[in-house]
Formats: sequence, structure tokens, C-alpha cells
Amino acid sequence: MTTTPIHTIAITSEGPTLADPVDSRFGRAGGFVIVDLTSMATTYVDNGSSQVLAQGAGIQAAENLVKAGAQVLLTGHVGPKAWTALQATGVKVVQGVENMTVGEAVTKFKAGEFTFSDAPSH
Amino acid sequence: MIIAVASGKGGTGKTTVSAALASIWKRPVLAVDMDVEEPNLHLFLKPESVRSEAAYLEVPVLDKALCKLCGACAELCQFKAISLMGAHLLIFPDMCHGCGGCMRICPEGALQKGQRELGVVEAGITSEGIPCLTGRLRIGEAMSPPLMGKVRQRMQAMAEQDFRDIIIDAPPGVSCPAMTAVQDADVILLVTEPTPFGLHDLRLAWQAFHPLGKPMGVVINRAGVGDDQVQAFCREKGLPLLTEIPFRRDIAEHYAHGGILTQLDAGMKATFEDLAQRLERMACEGQGVSHA
Ligand code: SF4
Ligand code: SF4
Repeated sequence: MTTTPIHTIAITSEGPTLADPVDSRFGRAGGFVIVDLTSMATTYVDNGSSQVLAQGAGIQAAENLVKAGAQVLLTGHVGPKAWTALQATGVKVVQGVENMTVGEAVTKFKAGEFTFSDAPSH
Repeated sequence: MIIAVASGKGGTGKTTVSAALASIWKRPVLAVDMDVEEPNLHLFLKPESVRSEAAYLEVPVLDKALCKLCGACAELCQFKAISLMGAHLLIFPDMCHGCGGCMRICPEGALQKGQRELGVVEAGITSEGIPCLTGRLRIGEAMSPPLMGKVRQRMQAMAEQDFRDIIIDAPPGVSCPAMTAVQDADVILLVTEPTPFGLHDLRLAWQAFHPLGKPMGVVINRAGVGDDQVQAFCREKGLPLLTEIPFRRDIAEHYAHGGILTQLDAGMKATFEDLAQRLERMACEGQGVSHA
């Protein structure tokens, strides 16, 4: 199996910019900052459509993320259903990313300081 | 006639009141425990020869070979139980509410009927001839309303045979299961305590149930322990205060041992007979004369 080089990552975020804090929640995150690692251009995907759901927020968020073309997700924790959904499309997940800005998370990721998770939280 | 016994939270003596009421209600009567997450009415009524039947919800199962990944089912499902993730159609059966919509809409017939076990429906009869009905949610099952729906079907079938009255012990709280449990009631009986917490929960219950437009009444349990804020609230909202059960050591011990209050002494029996009469009157007034 060939591994496609990673060029697009998504970070759960409380706001639209690299200076905003990482949102440790996935399904109920405010939104995602999508970063193109080659150009370092960022776009913001609002996650309001997931936040309002009574159930299935994580699945909706995963759909939003895949539509945005993310290959990697940096976040605090991902629940089991969202995990299954992300696995199905091959999105790699780093959990435990919190208490830092989106920009700091991107820097740490590029420096290879994160390891990909192999299981969902709780 | 259907009486639902409810409370804003657990531990107010709701089940004790349900059991006592059922024990003196004019026959034929059916006692239903709708608290399928933690049924405990049977601890008081002690039904015998209980028959238990598994209950299922119809959930979709995907035939991958037939699916064209059109996404129609995923779009239809309100509950995110189906998700189209790129080239993968994912089904989360434990999130399905069993509406059947996806199976009807699929143009390829790729969604077949499968089953998720909800738990069991249990029916028995007390030594005094009162049939008891409840559900018991499967461990790991996240939704109680579908199983409550199965209990309700059985309840309606049993009541239709001989027009028997029904006493429903509703789940505590004011969330979806509690609302589901009181939907059929002719009268809602709220059980509370004369304390600030009791008042808080009574207010929540009143707010949740008031819009249903059903007659409601209040029973104060452990009367004498707190203040008179609950009474004041009842007056303010025009909620009839139907009975007070005093805070007495012998009463507490009696129900701690699974005793039915009406069997404690003649006073308690009279208290509940009076309560039953008031409830019947409220039900009749609430719906004209159909229960003459
Ligand atoms: S049956 Fe209804 S709730 Fe269940 S997956 Fe299909 S559309 Fe969703
Ligand atoms: S509606 Fe049928 S064909 Fe379309 S995605 Fe769903 S299962 Fe597949």
C-alpha cells in the first residue's frame, strides 16, 4: 500500500484563525481550521451543523471534515462512532491536542511531535 | 382511565405511591412500570409467574453488493444512523430509531430489515390478581422510548379487552422517557417532598407537563420534614394538593422492606382510597362524562 503524502490537516478550533485556541471536542467543536501544509493557507469550516444535533454530532462532524478534504485530524478526543466514520475514509487522527493555539498544534505536527491514535476515547 | 404517577426526580416515593394506589384501585386495574431503565414497581407489587418476552426494533442492514452509494438513505435519516463517508456507506444500528424510512426510500433495495434487541417486556400477576407490566432495557441499549412503545402496545391491548383502568409508574425526570410515559394519562399525579429540592423538581415537572393540558395533582411525601414552599407553589399554580404522606418512622421502615403503604394500617388505606376517589373525579372532569 502506498501512503499518500499528507498535505491537508484539520484542527478542531474555537475560531477561524491559527491564533485561536484548539477546541478539545470533536463532534461539538466550534469548527475546523483546515491547513494546506505546502502553502500554509488556511480555511475555516464551521461545525454548527453538528453542534445542533441531538445525536450523531461526531458523525456529522466527520462528514464535514471529509468534505473539506482533510487527511489528518488534530483534536482533543474522538468518540467511537466518529472514529469508525473517520477510519472508513482513512483520516488519521491525533488525540490529546488541547490547551494550545491552532498555530502551535500545526507547528508541533510538522515537527513530528505527535503520534497518531489507534483507538477512540472512551 | 389512566393515571400516571410522575416526579421531577427519583427517590421521592413515586413508586411507593404507584404501588399503594394500584393495590386499592377498583378492579380491574393494570399496573405498568414505564421506568424501563430501572424498573422497581415489582419490588412492591411482587408479581408472580412473570413471563418475559424479548422486544426488537427494526433496523437497516446493508447489502453492499446492491448499494449504489446514492446517499438518499443517509440524507433521509434524521438521527445520523446512516452516513455516507466518501465511498463508504456506514450504518450505526444503535443510533437507529426504527422509523423504516431508509428501507422504503432506497431505490436499489439495498437495505434489508435487521433487528436490534431493545430488552424484554415482562408481564405477571400479583397474588391479589393485579396484572403487572414492565419493560427492562437491555444493558448497553441507549434508548428507552422504543421499548416503552412496546410496553405501551401491550398495555393498550390488555386494557382494551375489559376496559380496565391503568396505573402507570413513570420514569423520574422530565426528559423524553418521562414525557413518553405520561402521554396516555387522563390525570398526572406528581409526587414530591416539602423541601427546596422537592420544590425545584416539582417546578420542572410542572413546566414540562403543564403544556399537555392534562389534569394534574400533587402528593407530598415525607410531609413535615421541610417548609411550606411546595404548598405555596401548588396554590400559585392552581395545582390541587391531593394527599400528604407524613414523615413517620414506621412508614419509612415499611417501604424500605418493600411493603405496600395501604397494608400498613387503616389510616394509610383510607388515605389512598380518598386519593383514588379524587383522581377518578379529576379524570372525569378532565374529559367530560365518558367515565361515568
Ligand atoms: S430506520 Fe429510520 S432511524 Fe433507522 S436508520 Fe433508517 S432512517 Fe434512520
Ligand atoms: S439509498 Fe440505497 S443505494 Fe442509496 S446509498 Fe442508501 S443503501 Fe445505497
